[in-house]
Amino acid sequence: MLAVSVRRGVENKILFSAKDLCTWFELRRWGFFRVGSVKAVDGVSFELRRGETITIVGESGCGKSTLAKTILGLCLPARGELNFDGKRLNGLNTRQMRSHRSKIGYIQQDPYGALPPFMTVRRILEEPLRINKTGKKEEMKRRVREVLAEVKLTPVEDFIDKFPHMLSGGQQQRVVIARSIVMKPRLIVADEPISMLDASVRIEILELIRGLQHAHNLGVIYITHDLSTVRHFSEHIAVMYGAKFAEKAKVKDILDNPLHPYTRALLSAVPKLDPANVTTFKEVPPGEPPSLLKPPSGCRFHPRCYAIIKGLCDVESPLEFEAKKGHSVACWLYRK
Amino acid sequence: MKILIDAIRQLARYPSAIAGLIIIGTLIGMSFYAVITIPYSEAIKLWQGRDGVWNEIPRNAEPKWVNLFPGINLPETFILNSEDIVSKSLQPLGGGIKKIEKRMEFDFGYDCFPQEMSLFFDATYDERPPHVFLTWLTPDGREINLAERRADAPYRISLDRDLAREIGGLAPEVGLFADPFAEEIVPLQGRYGLQITGWLFEEDSSLDVRLVVFGQVHGIAGTDHMRRDLMVALLWGAPIALTFGFLAAVGVTASTFIIAAIGVWFGRWVDAVIRWITQVNIILPVLPILIIVGTFYSRSIWVMLGVIIALSIFSAGIFVYRAMFLQIKGMPYIEAAKAYGASNFRIIFQYMLPKLVPVLIPAFVMTIPAMVFLEASLAVLGLGDPLLPTWGKVLKDAWVNGALLMGHYYWVLLPSALLMMTGLGFAMVGYALDRIFNPRLRES
Ligand SMILES: Nc1ncnc2c1ncn2[C@@H]1O[C@H](COP(=O)(O)OP(=O)(O)OP(=O)(O)O)[C@@H](O)[C@H]1O
Ligand code: SF4
Ligand SMILES: [Mg+2]
Repeated sequence: MLAVSVRRGVENKILFSAKDLCTWFELRRWGFFRVGSVKAVDGVSFELRRGETITIVGESGCGKSTLAKTILGLCLPARGELNFDGKRLNGLNTRQMRSHRSKIGYIQQDPYGALPPFMTVRRILEEPLRINKTGKKEEMKRRVREVLAEVKLTPVEDFIDKFPHMLSGGQQQRVVIARSIVMKPRLIVADEPISMLDASVRIEILELIRGLQHAHNLGVIYITHDLSTVRHFSEHIAVMYGAKFAEKAKVKDILDNPLHPYTRALLSAVPKLDPANVTTFKEVPPGEPPSLLKPPSGCRFHPRCYAIIKGLCDVESPLEFEAKKGHSVACWLYRK
Repeated sequence: MKILIDAIRQLARYPSAIAGLIIIGTLIGMSFYAVITIPYSEAIKLWQGRDGVWNEIPRNAEPKWVNLFPGINLPETFILNSEDIVSKSLQPLGGGIKKIEKRMEFDFGYDCFPQEMSLFFDATYDERPPHVFLTWLTPDGREINLAERRADAPYRISLDRDLAREIGGLAPEVGLFADPFAEEIVPLQGRYGLQITGWLFEEDSSLDVRLVVFGQVHGIAGTDHMRRDLMVALLWGAPIALTFGFLAAVGVTASTFIIAAIGVWFGRWVDAVIRWITQVNIILPVLPILIIVGTFYSRSIWVMLGVIIALSIFSAGIFVYRAMFLQIKGMPYIEAAKAYGASNFRIIFQYMLPKLVPVLIPAFVMTIPAMVFLEASLAVLGLGDPLLPTWGKVLKDAWVNGALLMGHYYWVLLPSALLMMTGLGFAMVGYALDRIFNPRLRES
């Protein structure tokens, strides 16, 4: 369906890395007293090279969006290290943080909500340019037309002066994508970019993102519920469970040979040959998703796990073991 | 900006809004007229009424237009001066003393008596003022001696008790014009005269007189107990009320908006503190605080303006705006704007404000008359600005002087009509704007 990266074999340089990243939301009473914290991202590490995609899957509420926001600098990490483009992002001041943010594109889930309803497409696309003071007026105008053409909203005249509500969902999402690349970023964070779109336009949008990725050698962090598209869209995948990565590897390795009991339970319900049917986590595995306010002791999956090692799993949190080269699993079954 | 222009264009579809705009336009026109024809310092001076600026204006006179009603024929003020002199003679008596005789005549054709009479002297002298002897001539040929006096101070004929006694106990302005043969006390119409015999004791001395027969009507608006033409206050009340209302509304709306925005934006303890202050502030009664400030500190309209704005920074409106801000703050496009580096300031004013304009604008327009009324109420309570002529102060004077008991309805009617028109005008425009910006209200 989609071409695999043309740059295969060339070892691209590391674009983005996170080490032991934690994002906690403090719950306060009357705005003053801490009464606990929601650990929405709790010790996540991964690397991403230029031109590559990492897909993050996980059930609702496991912290995927929070991870995306932390990468974008919209949430401040409580702990951990972020590196982007060879630069450490921790401890940047507000201004540096702003210019950092503008170098990462952001594609949101709800295209209509992502566009200010009172701005025209032109204004929406000019905003990042104006805010970051890139070039003169003429250049900005040219750039706006350029990105509209890139997301195939052509002829440009038909779209440039429209308000968001005058566009279809697919067109709105194209505007969102255009906005995400208008600053010529190297990394794009796409948080469930197709889950609110009509089934008929989902593939187009994914192909568009993939096409832009190849054209500009972008790193993409793709967050989804929907496993059916992952195999063709992405090189790497990380399965998130209760604010942590349960398993992380090449897409093929995980889909063909899942190791973590959670991933296994997830995929076992689906005929192996047809990953297109793997669309939801609703029924598997049975049990409640873990509370992030008071997570279960030890392995967060242990209340639902069929392979639980009593006395270990419910006491000690598993480390990330490298089961195979490039395939890490956070499960005591793979301890060495 | 565009949204405002669109709104104004849409207003044309609402007849009530057009009426409201006409009222507001008239008030603005009135304001300009007032400020241009009566400069500020002049207005203040007139309203303080010092230096006898109103000497020749009748007290508590009704507006002239009452004479348009059938059966009403109230006298107007008329002033006799050197032009009305019909005969004049100057006779040197030797030793620098001169005797002058002047006679002025006028026609009186009203069914009512004048309100008051005064004679003003315009005499030049070094030490000894001229001496005059005054005689009143009636149409039926009677001669009444008014007084013999020095021409150094105005002669308030109406206040002359001796004269009153002499003409049968009637007030002089009545007795001098009354028909002696009529059953009832009615004025005798015809040609009256005033004979002035004067002695000048100095070489360069001169004497001129002006007889003012105060009518019962004056100007378009009538006058008050201090002879002040109410028109001054009615005209000048407009720019003051509009300026006050506008500034207060801007201050209140903007400060409420900004505080709500700050609270929602920074959240945490900032928001908690703002909510706490607001809750306390809401139960603080505004009027008593204003009365305290007015009594112990200053009654200046600008001090009051400041206090009103300060008190309403943390008003109940905060909660309304807060709720809306919270909703907008959660919109993904705000998150997106942060992601591409928009500053807090830009997000609040360019991304959140446009969503609030539909609520903000009608609320702002409706706040204007509320503030105008508040200012008027303060004035009625005796906390009006000490210098400025305002509608509220006219009402207060009317109330203190028992205007309605005395039948001076115009004194109350005109300022209250202006206040009500102001409220009506802004309310009509405000409701129309509300419908335009929040079309869902239209169905219900
Ligand atoms: N601002 C916040 N304050 C407190 N808790 C939050 C905040 N944002 C998210 N959370 C909590 O963090 C957890 C993770 O939320 P997140 O939105 O990252 O989940 P998600 O994986 O993206 O879910 P979904 O698939 O439904 O989008 C949730 O339990 C959520 O309630
Ligand atoms: S660590 Fe233990 S409880 Fe957790 S997934 Fe592995 S086996 Fe199951
Ligand atoms: Mg999410």
